[in-house]
Amino acid sequence: MQNDQLALAQTRGSVDPRVKRPLPAWVSTTALLLPTYGWLTLAVFLPLLTMLGFSFMSATPMGKTPVEFTLKQYRAFIDQPYLLRIGFNSLMMGFWTTLFCAILGFLAAVALVRATVGKAREALLVLILLPFWTNGLVRVFSWTMVLRENGFLDNILHMVAPDAGSISILYTRYAVVLGLVHGYLPYMILTCYIALVTIDDAIIEAAASLGARWWTILYKILIPMAAPGLISGAVLIFIPVIGSFMEPRILGGRVGVTMGTVIEDQFTQAFNWPLGASLSFTLLAVVLAIFATFSGVLRGRTAG
Amino acid sequence: MAEFSRRNTLKLMTATLAAGASFSLLPRKVFASGQITVLNWQGYGTDEAWSLKQFTEKTGISVVHDYYSSESEMLTKLRTNPGAYDLVVLNAARCAQAVAEDLLQPIDFSKVPNAATVDETLRNNPNFSNDGVGFAVPWVWGMTSLAIREGKPKPESYKALADATYKGRVAMDDDAIINVGIGALMTGQDMNDPQDLAAVTEALKSIKPNVKLLWSTEDQWNKSFAADEFDLSVFWSGGSVRSKRNSKLPVEFVVPKEGAVGWVDGLGIPATAPNPEGALAFANWLIDPAFYVEWATKVGAPASSNSAALNSLPADDLSRQVHNPDYLKTMSIMSALPDDRREAFNNVWQEVKAFYAE
Repeated sequence: MQNDQLALAQTRGSVDPRVKRPLPAWVSTTALLLPTYGWLTLAVFLPLLTMLGFSFMSATPMGKTPVEFTLKQYRAFIDQPYLLRIGFNSLMMGFWTTLFCAILGFLAAVALVRATVGKAREALLVLILLPFWTNGLVRVFSWTMVLRENGFLDNILHMVAPDAGSISILYTRYAVVLGLVHGYLPYMILTCYIALVTIDDAIIEAAASLGARWWTILYKILIPMAAPGLISGAVLIFIPVIGSFMEPRILGGRVGVTMGTVIEDQFTQAFNWPLGASLSFTLLAVVLAIFATFSGVLRGRTAG
Repeated sequence: MAEFSRRNTLKLMTATLAAGASFSLLPRKVFASGQITVLNWQGYGTDEAWSLKQFTEKTGISVVHDYYSSESEMLTKLRTNPGAYDLVVLNAARCAQAVAEDLLQPIDFSKVPNAATVDETLRNNPNFSNDGVGFAVPWVWGMTSLAIREGKPKPESYKALADATYKGRVAMDDDAIINVGIGALMTGQDMNDPQDLAAVTEALKSIKPNVKLLWSTEDQWNKSFAADEFDLSVFWSGGSVRSKRNSKLPVEFVVPKEGAVGWVDGLGIPATAPNPEGALAFANWLIDPAFYVEWATKVGAPASSNSAALNSLPADDLSRQVHNPDYLKTMSIMSALPDDRREAFNNVWQEVKAFYAE
């Protein structure tokens, strides 16, 4: 349709003797798209393709060992069944982190949209983005100081109740989820905020004037209309979280073993790039399968 | 990874010194005895400016350096640049590989008088010598074994890691090779080639109720130990000295009866070295007590292979107390691992970690 119009404009143009013959439409389209796709090819597609190639090799192609084509790396989940448990734990970690981010992020975004007095909204936005300015590693390490035995939390508790035991949750799954929620919450707040800010106040006023209580407004108007934000936030958070390795390593201690740490070990310690690559692609396939399963549901929600 | 960190720490300690001093070295005098080229990690003992000055004054040989940043890079440089290097610093495990590829020449120990007091077990280590011919002068060594909080009962065996007295009070090194080695020692097997990996896996799994955390950097170890999170840990000998000396932590390094997991760096002469005589003189200087005492006390160094040099340290020196040469008798030295064995070791440790996390 658009192309037809362009073609029409072109023919009209060529009739006019004063105007130079313009380039065909596809040339300008290609020229405009080339930098983006060129960059994507160079920075995303080629490295991914190399990794895909690695995942079919028998050894890292950097030593003297001869490299052969093999599918054995993809059998890792069958040969090493304990990986299934790690994979399941990683998915659960992603699920809980995303859920807490969704609840907290949505509420924060509502507060942000409601804050219309003076410069309150700008100030709140800056406060939300502030943690992003510090390095992620620093944020995670500061959590260890808060959560450890005789750490910040323990000291405060002992000020009130000197005989109480330790409430340290460092080196548990709770600590890992806490650190991850802290790290990824801003994504959810921002995506929800963008969705919520487009809702016309008049709709809410109309609902209220027709007698809707706050929970009816929340479930019938705010959540359905913010669904695109919630979904894109969930996607943005879930995928990096199940591959995360820094937070589980530092906050998880003994229980901090995830697909992310297993893959990282293959690249940094074991020097087994093919296995690391095949595990990454298996994980990618699982994530795609999950999103494919739920895409129908999700599409229904966004349309509604 | 363990070795890399160890070197990095040394690097940090010496970087300032080396950087400041290298300028004063620029107008190098060229003597008749010529010069030698040393291949080493940067900031790892051989390139100390004060030492090079003393050595050049003594022998008239000037020393230039080339550096590598990984052990595989070192081997590549030896293979591709024949005739470029006179002396190379290499780990015992890599030495065996270099000898197998004919990259090194035999050492004429008569020209290294200080080697007379170098420990026999180190000199005869199969990684350094082949059919009774030595291919490297052992230089410095260190251990990975147990560290215990002062005042707690000293473990006599690695089996203490699984002892109920230390419930929730143990930290393990997140390193596959080290842990499989310790599992092998727990089950009475050869650390470098355990035949019964299932037993190793079981031994490591039995530690689970005690394991509080897995540490991967010395800094992390220090912070967690200072916060009283564990009492017993797999740790490095050099790390324990630094923790006690620099961070004043109440830690004691213990080598149980099964012996420590050890590493040794040696000084080898490439087969194509243009000045092997000069290289031998420099190797002799690097294990000289005069050089070692200054290096260890001013900069900080691993244990010297030369017992005379180690004994020249002040009696209250922590490093001297920890690196008791008696430990060399029971110590197993990490050898080069074939790829399939390395992969098997990594899989064992992944499986154990997954079990810990359940």
